[in-house]
Amino acid sequence: MHVTRDFSHYVKDLGAGLNHIDLAVEGVSCAGCMAKIERGLSALPDVTLARVNLTDRRVALEWKQGTLDPAKFIDRLAELGYKAYPFEKASAEATEAEESRFLLRCLGVAAFATMNVMMLSIPVWSGNVSDMLPEQRDFFHWLSAVIALPAAAYAGQPFFRSAWRALKSGNVNMDVPICIGVILALGMSIVETFHHAEHAYFDAAIMLLTFLLVGRYLDQNMRRRTRAVAGNLAALKAETATKFVGSDEISEVPVAAVRAGDLVLLRPGERCAVDGVVVEGRSEIDQSLITGETLYVPAEQGTAVYAGSLNISGTLRVRVSAAAEGTLLADITRLLDNALQARSRYMRLADRASRLYAPVVHATAALTVLGWVLAGAGWHDAIVTGIAVLIITCPCALGLAIPTVQTVASGAMFKSGVLLNAGDAIERLAEADHVIFDKTGTLTLPELEVVNAADIPADVFALAGQLALSSHHPVASAVAQAAKARSPLMGAVEEPGQGVRAVVDGVEIRLGRPSFCGAEALASRNANLDPEASVVAFSRGTEAFLFSVRQGLRPDAAKIIAGLQRRGIEVEILSGDREAAVAAAAKALGISEWRAGVTPADKIARIEELKRSGVKVMMVGDGMNDAPSLAAAHVSMSPISAAHLSQATADLVFLGRPLAPVLAAIDYARKALHLMRQNLWLAVGYNVLAVPLAISGVVTPLIAAAAMSGSSILVMLNALRARKVAGEASSWK
Amino acid sequence: MEVMIILVPLALALGLAGLVGFLWSLKSGQYEDLEGAAWRAIADDDEPAPPAQPEAAAGRP
Repeated sequence: MHVTRDFSHYVKDLGAGLNHIDLAVEGVSCAGCMAKIERGLSALPDVTLARVNLTDRRVALEWKQGTLDPAKFIDRLAELGYKAYPFEKASAEATEAEESRFLLRCLGVAAFATMNVMMLSIPVWSGNVSDMLPEQRDFFHWLSAVIALPAAAYAGQPFFRSAWRALKSGNVNMDVPICIGVILALGMSIVETFHHAEHAYFDAAIMLLTFLLVGRYLDQNMRRRTRAVAGNLAALKAETATKFVGSDEISEVPVAAVRAGDLVLLRPGERCAVDGVVVEGRSEIDQSLITGETLYVPAEQGTAVYAGSLNISGTLRVRVSAAAEGTLLADITRLLDNALQARSRYMRLADRASRLYAPVVHATAALTVLGWVLAGAGWHDAIVTGIAVLIITCPCALGLAIPTVQTVASGAMFKSGVLLNAGDAIERLAEADHVIFDKTGTLTLPELEVVNAADIPADVFALAGQLALSSHHPVASAVAQAAKARSPLMGAVEEPGQGVRAVVDGVEIRLGRPSFCGAEALASRNANLDPEASVVAFSRGTEAFLFSVRQGLRPDAAKIIAGLQRRGIEVEILSGDREAAVAAAAKALGISEWRAGVTPADKIARIEELKRSGVKVMMVGDGMNDAPSLAAAHVSMSPISAAHLSQATADLVFLGRPLAPVLAAIDYARKALHLMRQNLWLAVGYNVLAVPLAISGVVTPLIAAAAMSGSSILVMLNALRARKVAGEASSWK
Repeated sequence: MEVMIILVPLALALGLAGLVGFLWSLKSGQYEDLEGAAWRAIADDDEPAPPAQPEAAAGRP
């Protein structure tokens, strides 16, 4: 059978005879890679554009229609040493990119206007105390109006829209006082200019918008970058299926192109990408990613298989019942929806601050106006002072306080191997005081590992490793990997369902089931000693050896668990696996609280129970069965090897084999929350100092502008401190 | 003071030119990959063109 790869699902037609495809590329990290990839791909005939995006780690390719197969680009990149995979931008990502561009455009307009209005304001300020003619001042004020009004109308759109949405739904958010302040200041400035007054507030209004847009843009950019990288990783997991396109012809297609009713081929060692029913073949299936159970389940005609399960020994034909988006079990989806709804009631720090802020600011400004009127000042003077209060309490330091810290902290987390899915995850993570781990794939590594390597003679190990290269079986690959085998043995023969054999120096060697290698006695002895391990036997002539294989703990798991406990965080294991397996892991890691054999609903029940007693739970898990509890917990984290659904549900995703990023993320989050609070207090402190001055009516626009910028810059500088945390968790490699 | 009739519009025109330039560069996607742009500026352009035959598989640098 000949296998073709069909990526036409991802190819876009640009018109004019050109095609376009986006590839996610792994390992692009420097300018050298960029030049190498661009040269390497441009050298292919008919390629008209090959451009690497170093920020997103992606390649955009265009070529003349009909001449090239996209699979060729993947092959070419593999030759150059990069793993690549075509992908489709998620619609959320495209919307965010568009929003981010719009914010940058607004920022550009606002910054241009600020600079020019300032250029006109400074002569007015200095002229007011020297010899400026009133006509000249009016001229400068009118010029400022001509620049500031259209610029504010354009650049203020993000705030106007958000404030309008909030007001329409009967709420008040931080954008409401911003809009009122800006509109009032601009309106009053026009009135002032008409009356040839000494002061106008065009500069303050437009500068306020500029500072706020900086904060808004940083906030947006942080989320966008994380989403782009997460999208790449999802694509690089290469979720493909081998689909029958004729009765005997197969083609490798992306999962997105598989429909219910299709027939797919599932070979040994492959992970199933769809839900379906076996129509032909016999095998064993590893469903640990779905249920947490590490023992293999037999599969034959009529057995249901789920996306994420690993096929072990035989080839299966599967009739697809649900593909791509539909691969979830109905009850998992239902649990997930309920849990997510419960969490959406959490209020972000910024929202809580603005809920307090808006009424206080408005009340202060209104009382100022009222106070001055009662004290005998004219309406005009009273309103001008009221506006000064609104401007000097401008929430720009407040608006920058949270996003700047978030941006800096997320960058630092990114360097320690943690991706953020949600902006408010940092705040929730910092509050966590109880961590629940799933065992399989979270505390343990997702792949298998030889545990008794020390008991096997080195030459036997090396030979077994070479032989193992000829088998597709995942247990055999674990042996090959542990032996660091490179060169396969010539003439190795695979006996389906049994093992591999070959002849070396006239002696037959075999690797496979204990019965295939004559090692039943060894195997039964081992089964008593270490009941959770899978075994593979190796024989050379009459000698027999046994490799014990299982999912090993993450290399630094014990150290990280101890680190969590030192920080006063309680640690617990909830696993769907068997009691013996969970008990062993808990003992090795020093965790006293654990439960085995729990269902997804049990996990949620436990989380709810903890929540009711006021505990903020962090859930760390990878299986599809963990997804609802990931959503139910206060904050959640998944390894990058997790099932697609879990990864999408988790607030944070960590990379690599060690568990260290979990601890690092907590440390960074705690530091960041501390800085966010500090920033809010700085902003409040500034207002406490400045507001009385504004109320008393002595603040000139120059002082207001200087104070406002000063507080914003202070808050930004303070945020930079989120880059560093003390202690063991700051590096993960 | 008559000089302001020239200088003020000139300053505004220069600022406006800067803004138009920024909007143009934004539209043409120059802010999509700031990291890559920084490296592109110092990349060597004068290396000989790669051979037409695919070179042997090379590891990552």
